[in-house]
Amino acid sequence: MNRFDYLRPASLAEAIDAGARPGASYLAGGTALLDLMKIGVARPGLVVDISRLPGLDRIDRLDGGGWRIGALVRNADLARDAGFAAAFPAVAEALLSGASAQVRNVATLAGNLMQHTRCAYFQDPHSACNRRSPGAGCEARGGETRGHAVLGWTDACIATHPSDFAVPLVALDAVVEIAGPQGSRALPLAQFHALPGAETPGGVALGPGELITGLRLPPGAADFAAHGRYVKLRERTSFAFALVSAAALLRIRDDTIIDARLALGGVAARPWRIPEAEALMIGAVPGTDVFETAAARMVQGAAASGDNGFKIDLARRIAIRALTLAAAGTPARMPALPASVFAPATGAVHHA
Amino acid sequence: MTLSITLVVNGDRHRVTLEDARPTLLDVLRDRIGLTGTKKGCDRGQCGACTVLVDGRRVNACLSLAMTVDGARITTIEGLATGDELHPVQAAFVECDGFQCGYCTPGQIMSAVGLIAEGDAGPDPERIREGMSGNLCRCAAYPGITAAVQDAQARLAQVEGTKA
Amino acid sequence: MPDTLNPAAPGHVRLGSNSGQPMTRRDGAAKVTGAATFAADNRPEGMLHAVFASASIARGRVTFLNLVAARAHPGVVEIMTPANRPPLQLDPDGKGYPFAWRTEALQDDTVRYAGQPIALVIAHTLEAATEGARLLAPRYDAQPARIGFDRGDRYDPPAVGIGGAPSFDKGDIDAGMRAAAQVTETRIETPMQYHNAMEPHAIVAAWDGDRLTLDTPNQAIVMMRNVFAQYFGIPEENVTLRSPYLGGGFGSKAIVVGPQLLAVLAARMVGRPVKLVLRRDQMFGPVQHRGATRQVIRLGTEASGRLTAVDHHATASTSSFDAFIEPAANASHNTYASPSIRTRHAAVRMDTGTPGPMRAPGEASGMAALECAMDEAAEALGLDPLEFRLRNYAETDPATGRRFSSKALRECYAAGAQRFGWDDRPLAPGRMRDEDGLLVGWGMGTCLFPAPMFPAQARAVLRADGSALLETAGADMGQGAWTALAQIAADGVGLPIDRIEFRSGRSDLPDGGVAGGSGHTASAGGALHAAGGDAIRQLAEIAAEDPQSPLFGAGNSGVGARDGRLYRVDDESRGESYGDIMARAGLAELVGSGSGGRDPAHAEARAMFSHGAVFAEVKIDPELYQIRVTRLVGAFAAGRIINPRLASSQLTGGMIWGLGFALHEEGLHDARSGRAMNADLAGYHLPVNADAPSVEAILVDEHDPFVNALGVKGVGEIGITGTVGAIANAVWHATAVRATAFPIHIETLMGR
Repeated sequence: MNRFDYLRPASLAEAIDAGARPGASYLAGGTALLDLMKIGVARPGLVVDISRLPGLDRIDRLDGGGWRIGALVRNADLARDAGFAAAFPAVAEALLSGASAQVRNVATLAGNLMQHTRCAYFQDPHSACNRRSPGAGCEARGGETRGHAVLGWTDACIATHPSDFAVPLVALDAVVEIAGPQGSRALPLAQFHALPGAETPGGVALGPGELITGLRLPPGAADFAAHGRYVKLRERTSFAFALVSAAALLRIRDDTIIDARLALGGVAARPWRIPEAEALMIGAVPGTDVFETAAARMVQGAAASGDNGFKIDLARRIAIRALTLAAAGTPARMPALPASVFAPATGAVHHA
Repeated sequence: MTLSITLVVNGDRHRVTLEDARPTLLDVLRDRIGLTGTKKGCDRGQCGACTVLVDGRRVNACLSLAMTVDGARITTIEGLATGDELHPVQAAFVECDGFQCGYCTPGQIMSAVGLIAEGDAGPDPERIREGMSGNLCRCAAYPGITAAVQDAQARLAQVEGTKA
Repeated sequence: MPDTLNPAAPGHVRLGSNSGQPMTRRDGAAKVTGAATFAADNRPEGMLHAVFASASIARGRVTFLNLVAARAHPGVVEIMTPANRPPLQLDPDGKGYPFAWRTEALQDDTVRYAGQPIALVIAHTLEAATEGARLLAPRYDAQPARIGFDRGDRYDPPAVGIGGAPSFDKGDIDAGMRAAAQVTETRIETPMQYHNAMEPHAIVAAWDGDRLTLDTPNQAIVMMRNVFAQYFGIPEENVTLRSPYLGGGFGSKAIVVGPQLLAVLAARMVGRPVKLVLRRDQMFGPVQHRGATRQVIRLGTEASGRLTAVDHHATASTSSFDAFIEPAANASHNTYASPSIRTRHAAVRMDTGTPGPMRAPGEASGMAALECAMDEAAEALGLDPLEFRLRNYAETDPATGRRFSSKALRECYAAGAQRFGWDDRPLAPGRMRDEDGLLVGWGMGTCLFPAPMFPAQARAVLRADGSALLETAGADMGQGAWTALAQIAADGVGLPIDRIEFRSGRSDLPDGGVAGGSGHTASAGGALHAAGGDAIRQLAEIAAEDPQSPLFGAGNSGVGARDGRLYRVDDESRGESYGDIMARAGLAELVGSGSGGRDPAHAEARAMFSHGAVFAEVKIDPELYQIRVTRLVGAFAAGRIINPRLASSQLTGGMIWGLGFALHEEGLHDARSGRAMNADLAGYHLPVNADAPSVEAILVDEHDPFVNALGVKGVGEIGITGTVGAIANAVWHATAVRATAFPIHIETLMGR
């Protein structure tokens, strides 16, 4: 990696001041940025280490029912926080299905949301990539594309966003808190990752010097606790990115769906959520018919961007699966294999 | 301009001077402090061979800049045994043949120590397998690794029980 | 316990109390404490770090390197390019020694695969060397890459594997097909696979005048020490190669590769020790891989279920500039009885590094296809897959007609099937579900691997204090040589294992041969045992001629050795300790030597293989098709097992390799650039712990009086061979979908 200046600011203001300098990158857990620096994709001139900024590692219940999670809360700590996991089991399950225990012990909330695509062509500095170098072209097109996007892609970029965590968060209307040279603002997480345009590659919606300070879950988000699941299809049993994934969250009263949330992962440059698909389920009796209808709506307009047409049907199917599992109810204990299709539905142990 | 950090590794305080901020915790442990028990398998957090404990938590030493852990307490594989007496996890890995070539082993063992401390897995082998899946073993000593973690956990519980 | 040996009759050796015991690893404490020193752990005084720049094109020429930028980077000491690279005494392209592969050591500016070393940066720190290499920012004159079976140049290889014949015929294949009531055709593709030992290739090179010390993991320590000597034009004894531990080898650390040569050249150039460790992405090019294959198998069968014809054709990928052809079709030579067998190989040149032997080269990919084909034929016949294999059980070697030195495969089938519960298997696919509704399938496969031996030497030194030193340059890459060889060595000198010192893993010891072909324990172990026997024989001669010895006049053929004591076989009470005999003879030590080997008559008359059977259970999501191998049971017969604990680990590890082959591993090269697009461990999937919930190896008793004096075959590679097919067959049994390519992808099962 290149040589860089290293700064550990004492305050948020100091951090923003440094982070606004040209060539600066924020570093929190470092599991994403350092990796990109090693492969030559990120070459910051200044690394602003925000990992010790005070006050950003709290998990708070807010007055009025919402939750606020500090930007520097580690993935493992959030998933293991009993109160949070009880309120947001699908989020905890998504977190625990991501990466490895070692990475989760270090990776932060903000870093997870800031992580870049795992597109092999983005990660290969020798390949043309609009995300790395706007206007360069997209060499992923026509390449090894089994894992690429089937929704929301353009010729400019066919990458997917790799986060598991963000998928249920988008479904729950999470809001990102951002601080920057111009002050603070809030942005729905659903808008935080831009889809590619005809010419633009997509990416995170942060300006120079801006950083994530926290994430808010609105009042009511915890009302889905009894029926929240995340399901993730992988090509090995653990420690793999999603081929496709789905978060499904339901509120059910008197055998009727009174509220529904659904988001797909691994299919687009951001977690994929279609409010109309959710609306289709409201008032219905939970069951295959309505779940199929909603799932079909989720993948409406989907198209292969390469050798990945099979992902469209998989995305539809995993949406149905996640909804079915959510309707069956959140398990009393986190499955041994979080978000896995091999987590026993009945609670039975597969193997002694 | 050089940079200076302090790491407390296996109880020993090390003051390390760096010519720039690039070295990772892994490379500092291996190249500058001379503790080569911690291994580099992928250097990208994808194999777990470099697992150490930082302030008691298992992490990939390759994905931390040394600068960011300035002041931290680090435990490496060299810090587990007491003299000639192996730590229960080490002893269990030998007994259960939880390794072959031994290259991933320091990381496996540190990860196992971290997993047991986390307390989430308990004796459930499926939870142990999931919890140890961040540590690749190309020799595929996985059956022995899982057995070793179960065995060590039982030994440690016994030790705790004796203390109580 | 039968713990005597008869040194005068080495063909009828009985092993003592050490062999056969499930000892824990003698290097265990070193490995669990971090004290075991792997090559990259060495840090000689004054050492510099070297990192090579990798080509990002797959074919062409380097036209420019930004030496100025790289040199300006703080900490960079020197840059090696073809323009200033010191000379080598052996041409890296010359194939100037046995088993040579062409390799790249900056001999010119051509690029023949992506990832090839094109320059070397030497610096004070690893960070500076790494960045220096990046700053070289090469420019190229590039030509289009040739990747894939349909884009590379096809040819008929003169040899497959290492010097094997590319084709084989037994009987009349056309007649066999005509005689068949049914002919099934199976097509299977296997991808490029990369060894990916957890320890990346590493070397620390230090010159002292014209003496060279190398710390580098190697599977053939003395042979490659000699190759290094040739490359640098110095006497062999001037090179010391130390390889006490290999962090996995799997075939990829047997030869000398370009990056190692560059490190040695760099050390000479800068006059200081140099360390070079490959980055993980650099493991996807210069250090071999398993070539891809495209296989077609046609099986002719009678209505009775007996094979009439086995026709196995394999096309394998190789590089544009050298050849190692995965000898996949040869798997059909020795496995099933058939009056006619035909095997053929073709090759396709691609712009990749040259393939090489990777754990069960040929057998892994060939058995994968053959076991799928056998399953398909059984299905067509309406036969249970195990029953079909039993009906085609080869009582003699199908290829040569020779008797097997031993073959307990029938017992393996029985033991594995019973443990697995195979009898309960429904014949038709898609009939089993578990309590969660997952599809369940059961499949099986036969395992086969030859039992070769390699030349190996050893030395045994009896010491006056009654202890012994046993030496051979063996290689422990995880299989357990430090332990199993020491067990054999202790028996060779009739001592408990804690009374011997065992030295291994360095080139200044007797040549231990190659740790490969699953033949190291037999070869080096045989040498150690023979060396011990030689020392004991000399000791017995001394005693028998010494009037003061209770063994006086015994004649050494009537003497046994046990627990550091020689005794008369006809009266065990008459004997004395080694130390007493040596003290009276005034000997400080007594040196024996020996070599491993096989009776040539037996080698000529007998076919020698390890055998096994693997039974697999898979569970598959009925809508999403994610696959998990929930149970693997293997039963193996491999002659005498020196250490059941370690052998079992080898076998289960091999079976999990089969799992990775079946479901995970796939080297992806972009067809346009030729670059490996998953050259890391997040993209190139190896099985993780959660992938292998239940894997079990049963060791089936087998006595082999012919294979070698010890009766030892090998267990290192056989585990992978039948497992791949067993899993694919289980996937079929769950879904009714036949895999046509490995790894089996979700979309294949969706498309049913």
